[in-house]
Amino acid sequence: MRKVLGALAAVLLGIVAWESYKAVGDPDGTVVAGVRILPRSDDAAMPHVLDVVRRLARPELAGGRPVWQVLVDACLFTLGITTVGFLVGALVGLLLAVLMQRFRVAERGLLPWVVLSQTVPLVALAPLVAGWGGRIWPAWMSVSMIAAYLAFFPVAVGMLRGLQSPSPAGVELMRSYAAGWWRTLLKLRLPAATPYLFPALRLAGAAAVVGAVVGEISTGTRGGIGRLVIEYSREATTDPAKVYTAMLGAALLGLVVAGAVAALEFPLTRHRRKVLLP
Amino acid sequence: MTAVSVQGVRKVFNAGRNDEVVALSDVDLTVESGQFVSLIGPSGCGKSTLLRLIADLTAPTAGSVTVAGKPARRARLDQEYGIAFQQAGLFDWRTVRRNVELPLELRKIPRQRRRERADEMLALVGLSDFAAHYPAQLSGGMQQRVAIARALAVHPKLLLMDEPFGALDEMTRERLQAELLAVCAKTETSTVFVTHSIPEAVFLSDLVVVMSARPGRITDVIPVDLGPRTEATRQSAGFFTAVTKVRKALRGTPTAVTADT
Repeated sequence: MRKVLGALAAVLLGIVAWESYKAVGDPDGTVVAGVRILPRSDDAAMPHVLDVVRRLARPELAGGRPVWQVLVDACLFTLGITTVGFLVGALVGLLLAVLMQRFRVAERGLLPWVVLSQTVPLVALAPLVAGWGGRIWPAWMSVSMIAAYLAFFPVAVGMLRGLQSPSPAGVELMRSYAAGWWRTLLKLRLPAATPYLFPALRLAGAAAVVGAVVGEISTGTRGGIGRLVIEYSREATTDPAKVYTAMLGAALLGLVVAGAVAALEFPLTRHRRKVLLP
Repeated sequence: MTAVSVQGVRKVFNAGRNDEVVALSDVDLTVESGQFVSLIGPSGCGKSTLLRLIADLTAPTAGSVTVAGKPARRARLDQEYGIAFQQAGLFDWRTVRRNVELPLELRKIPRQRRRERADEMLALVGLSDFAAHYPAQLSGGMQQRVAIARALAVHPKLLLMDEPFGALDEMTRERLQAELLAVCAKTETSTVFVTHSIPEAVFLSDLVVVMSARPGRITDVIPVDLGPRTEATRQSAGFFTAVTKVRKALRGTPTAVTADT
């Protein structure tokens, strides 16, 4: 209950901040020595919050469905892509981490590549992956793969640290029980890694959303929220509120994914919640 | 029967490099069944290394280690011993009961029997009321008792302990010493116990093995015969005589008796 109130207060605070800047800010933005240090606050750049909300209820195009329905559909489409990307990414990250923990040489050989993979510009990679769509897998899978490509990284790195976190005493204890690598992994390393896993999964969730949205845009996939962001932004001058509805949809998608990851965490961290109680 | 037999053991770390260390040299040690043997000596004398050799957590450079009549490796794979370290090393994410059940789980003992055995062990160390707690909710002394219960859960014939009371306060320590002796007597366990406290070694042991450093070797083996231990034992003349004897052996020179518990 307190959490819900807190979240509502945060949203309210954001709206108040937006509207107060709009009220006091220079409509043409504040420019000092040729550099704009504060954004424009006119209706084209910062529509009223109420206008954005009203825009949600009006039809997307004359006579069409209301914007909010279009947004929900787009969010669901992108959510599907994100989910597949997230699951594939998390699984790949997990397997890479286990491999790197098991074999020292794999850690030394793979970790630089894992880090390097994230420095490749996504925009350069997207057309290549998009080319596989329709041949190796359906077109939307290409977008999922781009999401997975971003999502695997935090899981691989976080999980590796987690798997390496048990103390030497814990590892020796398992050795004294004649437990091999596999059983040490199940009974010691994986449970010990959960505090590292969940923050990594939260990052992976956010990365998967970004990957899905950017992937949709750069592969030209239709039907998702990424496409809507691009389409609506073309109308920025004539219908500024519409641009913000698409962003609202993207933000909502991010929240849903973050919530889903948090829900995943809940049953697996019972001991920590219990211990923290007075 | 012999519980542990160590013969002609030598252990060299970083062999052939310029930071080579001879941790143990020419070590012979026999622990008879049911005996309580303490290893005592200054830091770096290799007492922990010797315990780890018996546990097959590290392998000797030369010589042989036999546990329960088998090579140390075989004995470890057969889980012939229970072990406890200075840090309790409980798994945070398991309740106290499930921590004690861990070695039983790895032996594939059915759930019902696992639970019975864990409860029995927790009763033995006086923690029945805390079975459903998590380790972080217990004091250091209680955690250490859980670790001992866990070491005893498989009913090992041999108990290996590496300064298990080292991190505890004096009162807790003395109480746990008495509890440990009671448990060992009840379960007829042989014990190898590493410590750097002279009174602790004397109070607990049938045999105090004195070691010295660089290279680590056994310099003296002192039998202690004080009969069944009670709290009065700590004040007895025989206790102080034995303490002095061990201290002399450790320093190599006679010293006055002081009650540094």
